Amino acid sequence: MLLIACPYCGPRPEIEFRCGGEAHLSRPAEPAALDDQAWAEYLFYRNNVRGVQAERWVHSHGCARWFNALRDTVSDSFLTTYLMGQPRPDPSSARN
Amino acid sequence: MTQSFRLAAGGRIDRTKPVRFQFNGRTIEGFSGDTVASALLANGVRHIGRSFKYHRPRGLLSHGSDEPNALLGVSRGPSRAEPNNRASVTEAIEGLVATSQNHWPSLALDVGAVNDWLSPIFVAGFYYKTFMWPRSFWDRFYEPAIRAAAGLGVAPSEPDADRYVQRYAHCDVLVIGGGPAGLAAALAASEDGKRVILVDEQSEFGGALLHEKTAQIDGLSASDWLNAALKTIGGRENVIALPRTTAFGYYNHNHVALVERVTDHLASPPANLPRERLWQVRAGQVILAGGAHERPLTFADNDRPGIMLAESVRAFINRYGVAPGRRIIFATNGASAYQAAADANAAGLSVTLVDVRAEADCGPELVWLRILGVTVLTSHTLVGSTGRKGVTGLIVAPVNPDGKVGVRFTLPCECVGMSGGWTPSVHLFSQSRGKLRFDPEIDAFVPGQSAQSERSAGASNGVYDLEACLADGGNAGRGNSAPVTAATARAYPATLVGFRPSRELASDKGAGKGRAFLDFQNDVTAKDIRLAVREGFESIEHVKRYTTTGMATDQGKTSNMAALGLVAEILQKPIPAMGTTTFRPPYTPVTFGAIAGAARGELFDPVRKAPLHDWAEGHGAKFENVGLWRRAWYFPRAGEDMRAAVSRECMAVRNGVGLFDASTLGKIEVVGPDAAKFMNLLYINAWLKLEPGRCRYGLMLKEDGYVFDDGVVARLASDRFHVTTTTSGAPRVLAHMEDYLQTEWPSLKVFLTSITDQWAVIAVQGPKARETIAPLISGIDLAPDAFPHMSIRTGRICGVPTRLFRVSFTGELGYEINVPAEHARLVWEAVYASGVGFGITPYGTEAMHVLRAERGFIIVGQDTDGTVTPDDLGMAGMIARTKSDFVGKRSLARADLTATGRKQLVGLLTHDAGVVLEEGAQAVLDRHQATPMKILGHVTSSYWSQMCERSIALALIDGGRALQGETLFVTTPSGFAAATVMEPIFFDVNGERANA
Repeated sequence: MLLIACPYCGPRPEIEFRCGGEAHLSRPAEPAALDDQAWAEYLFYRNNVRGVQAERWVHSHGCARWFNALRDTVSDSFLTTYLMGQPRPDPSSARN
Repeated sequence: MTQSFRLAAGGRIDRTKPVRFQFNGRTIEGFSGDTVASALLANGVRHIGRSFKYHRPRGLLSHGSDEPNALLGVSRGPSRAEPNNRASVTEAIEGLVATSQNHWPSLALDVGAVNDWLSPIFVAGFYYKTFMWPRSFWDRFYEPAIRAAAGLGVAPSEPDADRYVQRYAHCDVLVIGGGPAGLAAALAASEDGKRVILVDEQSEFGGALLHEKTAQIDGLSASDWLNAALKTIGGRENVIALPRTTAFGYYNHNHVALVERVTDHLASPPANLPRERLWQVRAGQVILAGGAHERPLTFADNDRPGIMLAESVRAFINRYGVAPGRRIIFATNGASAYQAAADANAAGLSVTLVDVRAEADCGPELVWLRILGVTVLTSHTLVGSTGRKGVTGLIVAPVNPDGKVGVRFTLPCECVGMSGGWTPSVHLFSQSRGKLRFDPEIDAFVPGQSAQSERSAGASNGVYDLEACLADGGNAGRGNSAPVTAATARAYPATLVGFRPSRELASDKGAGKGRAFLDFQNDVTAKDIRLAVREGFESIEHVKRYTTTGMATDQGKTSNMAALGLVAEILQKPIPAMGTTTFRPPYTPVTFGAIAGAARGELFDPVRKAPLHDWAEGHGAKFENVGLWRRAWYFPRAGEDMRAAVSRECMAVRNGVGLFDASTLGKIEVVGPDAAKFMNLLYINAWLKLEPGRCRYGLMLKEDGYVFDDGVVARLASDRFHVTTTTSGAPRVLAHMEDYLQTEWPSLKVFLTSITDQWAVIAVQGPKARETIAPLISGIDLAPDAFPHMSIRTGRICGVPTRLFRVSFTGELGYEINVPAEHARLVWEAVYASGVGFGITPYGTEAMHVLRAERGFIIVGQDTDGTVTPDDLGMAGMIARTKSDFVGKRSLARADLTATGRKQLVGLLTHDAGVVLEEGAQAVLDRHQATPMKILGHVTSSYWSQMCERSIALALIDGGRALQGETLFVTTPSGFAAATVMEPIFFDVNGERANA
């Protein structure tokens, strides 16, 4: 079971969390202005990298707050977690 | 002749405390400190079980948890029986009842042993080759016969009387294995206050030190050093030391699962103790010091009872004071068996040692043993053994330097101690996803690159010398931060000098002729491996599955390396090129009880009960499960079946008044200056202009445009909404709202609070609803003009504060009385009493479903399936045209969602009014078309409607609204039923009754 450092509560076991998929995708301010292809890309297209990936997580059985995390999809190690709205940290400087 | 093989002195057993237990009906006497295995050996019992496939007589191979043969059914009292207990780790206690397995009618006379004579047939891949045809024989003959023959022990037939508990723990350092390396690690790690957990699967800490009589550590005997170390550890409050505890699973992020056997060693366990305790430990650092497994030698008939591992012979003699035989032959390809031979010799037993190595390859151990007076034959191979139910002789033959095998001869014996080298226990390291590295010096895989924060130490790290083990453990415990003043240890001979790995031993009959066992538990021989390779299986993973080697409950602890080495030798490939098979949890078998813990019976799946559950139960309700909830389904009276009860309940609502517990409805309070703006973004409806005190039916989409949830929303104030959701949708709707609020629109000033459990909901529905509640209400004007349909008022009922909704999920005049949950019973009973004159009737979820279906109200998740848009439901008119955006709006304009021919919600009326269609039944336009037919859609809801005096159904049908008046054909168990497509509403088409 993964150990995930909630930025608000500290390290907690995986069962308290839910993963919300790829991070740093903003909902378009004016969806109506997008053509079908652009909207489909926002809605359905996701990266699935082999290596470090930025993901959304929510501490659903804890503080119920969303945050972002850098996770290595090969080793399952979390490089860092950070607050919603913050830019994606540089993986090389991210602390564990 | 009790305990005739007990040595006169020595061992860690307590000779003042005899214990008696049963083995196959015979009373066995042993001492406190014995295992079932050592006690059986002390009484001269060597034949303990029958093998899985060939039913060959088998005895003990090992003294530890890697034992493959001696599996027993063990009973510790009524409802405390368990199969497949390893005799070598089952502690002997007073009154225990042990039985051997896998034979009929008895251990001594076993009909299944005919398999052994038929062994030429039961080769590798036997099942694949034999049961191929005729196909029809499989179900009727082959499978039942195979199933009857399969399996080892007999599963208990009664519920387990024992209690199991689980706990969670954290520590800085978890040390797995309490032998010399593990103890050194725990001592070093705990020195400066780190929280340490030390576990060992045995009843005592010490590992190999428990049977070490000659080595010295820091000038002390091994047992004195052990006592001192345990005293130091026991005195440190930062150490939790758990004997009888197996670390069986190593998971992500240093999450390690342990099972602690708390009471199995107690003849009368205290009632307050659980049988086992499952620990889930999260460790900062893990130190793996699980030791190594000795390998058997591969030669013909190497499985006879009495042939065991050399170190195990040593353990039985030194630790348990038992002679596994009076005349013992050790057979080895390395030095470690020499120590065992020396100890057996010191115990006064007759000892001979056969070494397959040439004299020149041996180290100083050879001279040392000869000086002790032991006969040592070098350059001899093992070609067989004699004795069926117990070994009577070892057949050996000299080997010339050119490899030629000479004339065989038999050395009489009662016991053989064999050693084919050692395999580090890398199971947990491998489970942690660490990468193994092959070390040709010791012919074994050792831990290489770590994947997690762990270190291996001692024999599990490929370090066999005692002093080196202590240093390795100490370094691991310190985390290499400071050099350790290592303990000095002197053990002779240095363990593995001159080790010569061997595969199948040379034989005078040629390779692969005899029955040389590799995997004792699954009865896999070297011949099977040769056959598999000859048939083209080269990958070790394929050889494993084809021959089943290493796939038994011992996971091949003693056999994997032998099989791997043999395959590599046959293919003439280096071992590292072969790779290894995968190690998976559990390390040793774990009881289901420990895994289930308290989650049994009523606690297996938690039941969520609504506030009026007890009342419903008291009034004879039948219940149904809705998610975790248990809801009142219907309230049958004497003699009523379900349909009669539901019909009566429905008619009571239509003609008088009914009472329904709707408390499970999801409820969320949306509060804040931006609440209306937020609601506007989450629902398809418009909320800005909804007046406080009014309600609106809201429909919520996911961003893909499909219906996600629905429910009535009341505006309590300009900045406060009381949102209701479907019963099962409550958690996901709140999560959906929170997601958007926190991640897309964090600037909106809104709070979301779940109030599902705080507010109980009592639905009072029917023409007499107003008159029923009127006498109980204060502070609310119930007059139709003052309090119209789809509005909310706050006031009191029975003196209790209420949020009184005037809403209807039945189509009748109705109220949903929201009261604080703790007052629900009081209010419910008052309403029930008040309605007696109107024939008030409690109704359940089934009547609720029928009533809403008569009015065509949908249930999200039943009439929708995650691919249904508002327009598909005929609800496009609810979409607020004025809104530029809401979740799902953009997707509704996608080509697929605006295309014609989408499934639409319609009503179906069967031509035969008495036929109630099945929910999920498929519909076609032409029942005579060729198969596969074109399916137009399916029935989503279907009931008998007493009000309509006929069946009614809702369905999702391709382009359904254009098919009104057409006849469709719907599948039933007895053919097609004709049904006419219509509007999805069957009663009170204009919705007048709710406004009464």
